[in-house]
Amino acid sequence: MRTDGARRRPEPGTIAVIVAVGGFVLLQALMWLGVLNPYWQQVLNLAGITLISALGLNLIYGYTGQFSLGHAAFYGVGAYASALLTRSLGPGAGTLLLGIVAGAALAALVAFLIGLPILRLRSDYLAIATLGFGIIMKVLLDNSDAVIPMMGGSSGMSGIARLTTFPWVFAFGLAAVLVMRNLVFSSVGRALVSVREDELAAEAVGIDTTRYKTLGFVIGCGYAGVAGALYAHLYAYLNPFSFDFLKSIDVLLVVVLGGLGSISGTLVAAIAWTFLLEGLRVALPASVQDWRMVIYPLVMIVFMLFRPGGIFARTEFGFLKPRARRGKE
Amino acid sequence: MTYFLQQLINGLQLGFVYALIALGYTMVYGIVRLINFAHGDVFMVGAYLGFFALASWGLPFPLAIVVAMVGCAALGVFIERVAYKPLRNAPRISALITAMGVSLFIENFTNLNFVFGPTPRAFPRPFAVRTFGLGGVEITNVQLIVFGVAILLMVGLSLFVGRTRTGRAMRAVSQDRDTARLMGINVDTVISITFGIGSALAGAGGVLYGIAYPQIQPMMGIMPGLKAFVAAVLGGIGIIPGAMLGSLIMGVVETFTSAYVSSTLRDAVAFGILILVLLVRPTGLLGKSHSDKV
Amino acid sequence: MLLQVRDLVVDYGPIRALHGISFEVHEGEVVTLVGANGAGKSTTLRALSGLVKPTSGEVSFDGRRIEGRPGHAIARMGLVQVPEGRRPFVDMTVRENLLLGAFHRSRAEQRAGMERVFGSFPRLRERINQTAGTLSGGELQMLATGRGLMARPRLLMLDEPSMGLSPILVQEIFSIIREINREGTSILLVEQNAWMALGIAHRAYVLETGRVVLSGSAAELRENPRVKSAYLGE
Repeated sequence: MRTDGARRRPEPGTIAVIVAVGGFVLLQALMWLGVLNPYWQQVLNLAGITLISALGLNLIYGYTGQFSLGHAAFYGVGAYASALLTRSLGPGAGTLLLGIVAGAALAALVAFLIGLPILRLRSDYLAIATLGFGIIMKVLLDNSDAVIPMMGGSSGMSGIARLTTFPWVFAFGLAAVLVMRNLVFSSVGRALVSVREDELAAEAVGIDTTRYKTLGFVIGCGYAGVAGALYAHLYAYLNPFSFDFLKSIDVLLVVVLGGLGSISGTLVAAIAWTFLLEGLRVALPASVQDWRMVIYPLVMIVFMLFRPGGIFARTEFGFLKPRARRGKE
Repeated sequence: MTYFLQQLINGLQLGFVYALIALGYTMVYGIVRLINFAHGDVFMVGAYLGFFALASWGLPFPLAIVVAMVGCAALGVFIERVAYKPLRNAPRISALITAMGVSLFIENFTNLNFVFGPTPRAFPRPFAVRTFGLGGVEITNVQLIVFGVAILLMVGLSLFVGRTRTGRAMRAVSQDRDTARLMGINVDTVISITFGIGSALAGAGGVLYGIAYPQIQPMMGIMPGLKAFVAAVLGGIGIIPGAMLGSLIMGVVETFTSAYVSSTLRDAVAFGILILVLLVRPTGLLGKSHSDKV
Repeated sequence: MLLQVRDLVVDYGPIRALHGISFEVHEGEVVTLVGANGAGKSTTLRALSGLVKPTSGEVSFDGRRIEGRPGHAIARMGLVQVPEGRRPFVDMTVRENLLLGAFHRSRAEQRAGMERVFGSFPRLRERINQTAGTLSGGELQMLATGRGLMARPRLLMLDEPSMGLSPILVQEIFSIIREINREGTSILLVEQNAWMALGIAHRAYVLETGRVVLSGSAAELRENPRVKSAYLGE
């Protein structure tokens, strides 16, 4: 009976897109009217970028079960690659799009090359290897000016055009969510989850676990590359410091808070967390600003101790579920 | 040649400091299979305790080390009880994320102005630095103290773990927790003792670091902590002599990289070693391939 | 009564391993739990030793309730288990393994215990400085049993001591178990080798899928047709 009802109503995914587009129009209107000042516009964009990057990490860790502490390095690869491209080819919508694609592709390629050997490692060994990779990447970026002077090394890369606007972030954020949803509820998604649940059992039923681990890792890092490219053209300045392993922990925190293996969770946590952190920056007096950085790890510990599944604990909003499962739940 | 030997001595100095940190990492990993990311921060707290003992309370140097060791032992046991013990049966990554949280908390909390504050502080030298010439190579009394104290503590630890009842219990728990329990061993107590001893060694390491590289600040534990962990993996995680060997190698390699290649690349070399070890010989230099486990 | 178990229930997550079993061991007895693989025998011992928390039920040892107490406290009361698979500390020597058995005893008691164990298992004395990992299966069972005896147990629980041993070694181990019992230690023996177990036990309980399905004197059960066909292969 329920299925019949669902059939008569429009596809909830469609509703979601309509609501999203409506929200977009509303937010754009607020910006034009000056209600949302440039500071909050920036925060909004940052939230979208965080969302894209965190979705990638959730695919790697939450769905495929491969714990990576090097996510920020791939974010950095995307950022620098796209910035180099737009600076070389000249600013414009076309070059930004090209830069995003190139950033994602390069991040994915690096992930593929590094993933092939290290994804054999398990659990905390993989964590420490990806952490090591992240630190090596930061050292390379610090010394990048020796090879490509434009990258600026440890003093940072400037002169990047400010091309990232809210429509760009929104479009890529929406696409990231939709692609992710279609991926995780496909047969590929089930294979990824089977690797997380029990690698040996997955292997036993004929799933090529190495292939799927690599696939999850490469796509997830590609997401980080997209986010990095958008970030580079939002702030117009890049510094290796922004891509060190502490930044990997930032993204991890969003994924853990929202819930491992939950797109809805990442969606809510990325937006709420960015606004909370930035909101506190405005709301708190300067003298207690530093407390933000004290509370932040405490939140992490408290969640691990009391709600390790995160806010959403592997559940999804209705519009993010596939049709068949919606009837059952 | 003289330059080489000189760098070797400098490298060993760094290596001995790493060793004192790496021992705690390796003992804790051996017994609860947790990468205790907060360990580097315990090392930092040890350096500060040594600083206060010397600069504010005017204690003699050996007592400063004792203060740091006792304070860090208490901190280590506290962290274990509050943050890690409730997660003992949780997935390993949950405990790992918690450990990162604890690490960030200690760093950012001590970074507050009313705690240690973000400004680096000069570590007091409780004695004049003297240099001894040895066939063109120079060695300072600071280096001799670092070597001496570190070796003394490592010998003490080896005797403790190898010869005493509690040391035997520690080894039993790390090999087989349930069977250790059947022997009447209080596993929780043994784990706390392990955290306490490991943290005390890191505390001593912090003070030695302070007199060797006399500037301290709240983020100082991050890199030495991570590198000490790399050293523990290099030597074979869970193996005490492995942590010592791995640390000395790490200290020397890092110093040589700075001396002969470029100081900006030394971190990359350290973590390059880590990835290489994990890929080629994940059990480390002294680790057995684990086929002989029942 | 030395050990009394009443309606013991143990769950592993959603799976119920023990559905409320009851049995008892009197002072000086050898009692055996027999049953097939997966009947819940090892789970019973693990629950008694405090390695798994029972969901419900009562366990009294020497008049005191022990269910839910930590494992080390139970061992120190004299309820000692020699676990399935012997579980030696492979990287430690025979001496260290034995000393761990008497972990909470004084040095003098440790020395005396060691002599007693060497009386029962002379072969261990020859191997005293070898690491446990180098011992043969039979020697490992001797080590594990000796390690259990080091604690001077009131009740020694042995989980599958015959597993993987040759018939001659099984005979030897069982005669030593009988000897240990004659010297005053009560025994709770878990065995798949029902024939051997019923041979030395006073009383026995038959476990099937987490329930006690039969109980009685060992002599009775040896003659029971159901036991004969299911466990004695007749």
